[in-house]
Amino acid sequence: MKIAVFVKQVPDSAAKLSVDNGAVNWGDAPLVINPWDEYAVEAALQLAEKHNGEVAAISMGSEDAKEALKHALAMGAGSATLISDAALADADAAAAAKVFAAAVQKLGGVDLAIFGKQAIDSDTGLAPAMTARVLGWPALTMLAAIPALDPGAKTIQVERAIEEGRQVVEGKLPAVLSIVKDYAEPRYPSFMGIRKASKAEIPVWSLADLGISAPESKVRWTEISAPPAREVTSEMVTGANADEIAAKLADLIIAEGVL
Amino acid sequence: MDFQLSEEHLMVQKMVRDFVQKEVKPVIQEWDRKQEMAPFILPRMAELGILGINIPVRYGGQGFDYITLGLVCEELEAGDSPLRVVMSVHMGLNSMALLQWGTEEQKQKFLTPQATGEKYACFGLTEPGAGSDVAGMKATARREGDEYVLNGEKMWISLASKAHHALIVARTNPDADPHDGLSAFIVELDRKGITTGDIHGKLGMRAGSTGYIAMQDVRVPVENRLGEEGEGFKIAMSCLDNGRYTVAAGATGLIRASLDASVKYSHERKAFNKEIGQFQLVQQKIAYMVQQYETSRLLYLKAGWLKNQGVRNTRETSLAKWYATDASFDAASEAIQVHGAYGYSDEYDVERYLRNSKGGVIYEGTSEIHQLMQAGYALGYRKDADLRCELPAYDAEYWQAEK
Repeated sequence: MKIAVFVKQVPDSAAKLSVDNGAVNWGDAPLVINPWDEYAVEAALQLAEKHNGEVAAISMGSEDAKEALKHALAMGAGSATLISDAALADADAAAAAKVFAAAVQKLGGVDLAIFGKQAIDSDTGLAPAMTARVLGWPALTMLAAIPALDPGAKTIQVERAIEEGRQVVEGKLPAVLSIVKDYAEPRYPSFMGIRKASKAEIPVWSLADLGISAPESKVRWTEISAPPAREVTSEMVTGANADEIAAKLADLIIAEGVL
Repeated sequence: MDFQLSEEHLMVQKMVRDFVQKEVKPVIQEWDRKQEMAPFILPRMAELGILGINIPVRYGGQGFDYITLGLVCEELEAGDSPLRVVMSVHMGLNSMALLQWGTEEQKQKFLTPQATGEKYACFGLTEPGAGSDVAGMKATARREGDEYVLNGEKMWISLASKAHHALIVARTNPDADPHDGLSAFIVELDRKGITTGDIHGKLGMRAGSTGYIAMQDVRVPVENRLGEEGEGFKIAMSCLDNGRYTVAAGATGLIRASLDASVKYSHERKAFNKEIGQFQLVQQKIAYMVQQYETSRLLYLKAGWLKNQGVRNTRETSLAKWYATDASFDAASEAIQVHGAYGYSDEYDVERYLRNSKGGVIYEGTSEIHQLMQAGYALGYRKDADLRCELPAYDAEYWQAEK
């Protein structure tokens, strides 16, 4: 079984965002692998271990994105490839999906293309479904578990984490999956994996290597501005005892329309 | 000159930092209050490979260099000092001594299970009446045929009640010069005649294991003697060169934790209608912590670099240990001052940092001992004699080879 797992290099979640001269500024926040993608890598590795498969990590971005790929390698991915092309600098989710689909086709024989549920920089969560659409594969998104997978019969049963609870869905391979936090805690990179990753030469594919022209982005950024700062006031609720404090608090919550 | 850490170094650093942040920090206050070592710590460190980080792969280790060991210790103590203490005794004072002085048979028998984390190791040098005065120790090892019979008590021994193996130094020749009459032994702690226990009521290191090893007619085969008879003092001092390195690196982590906590709180806490980081006297404390962190880091990394080169580093390691531990005590104390009354409560980590930091200025050579050493080197009174076995220089190819 062949699994492609997509990872993205993003600013650390603790980064302080600002808008400077109409552009988003992440400050000097370190770049890390998108936290959701760690769950995707973990899922890919678990499936590969169970079904004697191989995991190929893929990222699209600048040279910095190699860090995310090395993280995936250190966790246990068998190979890693960076897709980098100047024409992709402003690619939106629709454009990226065409690139991801082309990468899956170039790898060949892929049974599962796995994503994290979203990237914490853009937070759109569109790439999995859009990639599935381009490939013409089923999109099985927001997966908390994969109770059954039969690579021979090309069938899969998944549990989706949706607002109403868990939804069990069956589908056919090949498929595109997106993974949520409930799936499994991502493993740390192993020390042996770190050594392998630090020595790895990561190949770079251009759009020409993928055999496609620069896909058009549908989204245009006409203006970027920071949301107004929230005015926060605090009020200390006091009372003679816990019951009285709780009653006052409940009244306040109702009065403010929180509930 | 190259100040750049390798990609490997940075990835190991991040991995250990993540482990500490995710698994240790959320629960450490609770274990510190209980005055117990969290039961998951040692098995988890073993499982992750931390317990063999800089031991060659052929002996069950992970094959990284000595600088990596320092970086790991910095990360561990940025979480809690007892985590780093594990590396000080298991790795610095014991496993690295086996790597330096052990026969091939001893490496196979003792070092390999220690590096894989199957066995934990500690170091028995200090006694109830002998700390800085190592040569004044009372424990004895009497030769009887192919065995030694050990008697005596070792005190303030980290992991005494958790370890499987101890490196014990005892007097084999009561008539010799005190420095020549000591020998070192690898002692399995399940041998008949051994009693171990924990010490409670410590100022700090409360989530760690510190205890004693009492030996009554403990029989140890000759094959368990590390080095030659009479080499115990030199072996013990070489162990300290490695243990002190881990202490220096760890103390650097404690300074960083104090700095990070102080910076965070200085942005959060407001007084006189502005965040306290705006006040110059708070800024001065932060500035000193930065100075202490950067200086300590340079000192321990230099010692680690010398170890990698196979260059004797007793002097540099002593300086790193002395400076970093004194600085960590100062930084933790000032971090409490930045936090004001909240810093005095265990609601915040900084009071634990201060309690833990005091241990570092006492064990593995008090600050006073290190001052005497540094003055001795500067004045020309002290010189390091060559050892029969030096710590091997780091050779990536050898370290990473399976056989």
